[in-house]
Amino acid sequence: MSPAIETLITSYNYWITIFLMVAGLYTVIAKDNMIKKLVGLSLFQTSVYLLYLSPGKILGGTAPIIDPALKVYSNPLPHVLILTAIVVGVATIALGLALVVRINEEYGTIEEDEIFETGTGK
Amino acid sequence: MEALINMVLLTLMAVITVGIIRMKSLFGVVILGGIYSFLMASVMIVLDAVDVAMTEASVGAGVSTVLMLAALYLTKHEETPSLHSPAVALLLAAVVGAALIYGTIDLPPFGSADTPVNTHVAPRYLEKSIPETSVPNVVTSVLGSYRGFDTFGEVTVIFTAGLGVLLLLRGRRKRIHSDVETAAIAADARDAA
Repeated sequence: MSPAIETLITSYNYWITIFLMVAGLYTVIAKDNMIKKLVGLSLFQTSVYLLYLSPGKILGGTAPIIDPALKVYSNPLPHVLILTAIVVGVATIALGLALVVRINEEYGTIEEDEIFETGTGK
Repeated sequence: MEALINMVLLTLMAVITVGIIRMKSLFGVVILGGIYSFLMASVMIVLDAVDVAMTEASVGAGVSTVLMLAALYLTKHEETPSLHSPAVALLLAAVVGAALIYGTIDLPPFGSADTPVNTHVAPRYLEKSIPETSVPNVVTSVLGSYRGFDTFGEVTVIFTAGLGVLLLLRGRRKRIHSDVETAAIAADARDAA
């Protein structure tokens, strides 16, 4: 195998993780629509899941459920941490969406630039 | 083979992400977000994280898609085109991306067993899980037993978030009703005049 292909295989997970993270960051900063911002935030969060799970994978290993027939298991610790992160991520998204619904009630829009133009509520 | 499936799924995720950023219809964005979550769950299965994959498929693709759709129902369906240029955000994203790519040079190669991540504490959990807790699924024994306090903290966070959502949306129905009543009274007053 040529070194270039080897580098591609060993680093591809990290590159895609970084792409997703940067895409989430861009969406949060550049988009004015608040629901789009929250989708960007969840993109950022899910990229962190990949960042944690990728180094724990062992090629040729199996899921960490002990069985006498199997010898090699992937690392269970990142799985536990990310299990917590997923649920907390949904909780923050829910809170954010509730805030967006309240903002829409008060200002009649969910676009950030339009809210800044209005200044104060109705 | 494992590595190949992993790479194909990750490429699909990157494509979906570009679609999410470019699409103007928020309904489409939310559905693409659901597809993204299912792809993420598939990647997690390839990465041997079966418990996490199940949670992502039910909570990430299920619950959060439903929450997003509910929020769309209560607000707007379309994103209005932005007036200012995204140049600053693009530049910032490019700089952060380049810095992070530079950081990956020092990261351990994907899939190898002899990295510090996999040799430090994980073998202890794998060896002692059955003798100490008699739970064959190590993720369950770490989540519920070894790191039970983490899970307790997680429950606290969810409780707080739920409380926040309830407080923010409480009285929403009342407010809408009172608006309608005020409008009706104003209309009556106009008619009388």
